[in-house]
Amino acid sequence: MNGAVLVAVGAVVGAPLRFLTDRAVQARYGSEFPWGTLVVNALGSLVLGLVAGAVASGAASGQLQLLVGTGFCGALTTYSTFGYETLRLLETGARRWAAANVAVSLLVGMAAVYAGAGLAGLLS
Amino acid sequence: MAQRTATAAQYQAVAVVGVGGVLGAEVRYGLGLLWPTPGGTFPWTTLLINAAGCLVIGVFLVAVTEGRPAHRLVRPFFGTGVLGGFTTFSTYCLDVRRLLVGHHPALAVGYLTGTLLAALAAVAAGAAGTRWWLVRRGAAR
Repeated sequence: MNGAVLVAVGAVVGAPLRFLTDRAVQARYGSEFPWGTLVVNALGSLVLGLVAGAVASGAASGQLQLLVGTGFCGALTTYSTFGYETLRLLETGARRWAAANVAVSLLVGMAAVYAGAGLAGLLS
Repeated sequence: MAQRTATAAQYQAVAVVGVGGVLGAEVRYGLGLLWPTPGGTFPWTTLLINAAGCLVIGVFLVAVTEGRPAHRLVRPFFGTGVLGGFTTFSTYCLDVRRLLVGHHPALAVGYLTGTLLAALAAVAAGAAGTRWWLVRRGAAR
């Protein structure tokens, strides 16, 4: 199937899922810390690690990479909102929360991508 | 009735996020096809995508929250949808892992910190520039 179509199908699911997850998480654990963005970025990184691992081992196709990786995970995760929320924390004087957001997002994102790739290795 | 209106508004917001997300993701996909970065090289394309998305979100969110009020669907469509779909945190993390696994630790650390610094500088510059412009025009709320 056409790559652009696969990306669109993945993104039309990923972006609304980010929106709804962020709202649900912030409604439940609403605080000045942007938990919602952290959750979607971690989830998307885990799934992308899994897909990339599966594609690398030949267990999944390049089409799955476009659908789930480029489309779904790319749209589920966001750098722009992460950047803006970090800036808002800095502007409101919550410097420690801003630093924590950066540190935790990077650590959790990297751990998730490694966990996903490791899981793909175990499954294939 | 109020309940039904709220639900309809939520569906509309979800729909525009979906449409915006597809647009943003397609632009990201297209840029990746135009400027592919082979394994073991510095992922400039994704870095520039994320930095550009941060610059634009800084401009956009200050404009709609501190400048002239926008239609209620503008922010979910453009901010959450287009820019969220355009930028990516997952590919960023995966690219760092690829560089580490491929024994390019210096590139990995440079990319990890370079993206972060470029993105934060971009969002701060976008927000500050827009604030300055709003004040100059006398349009700040």
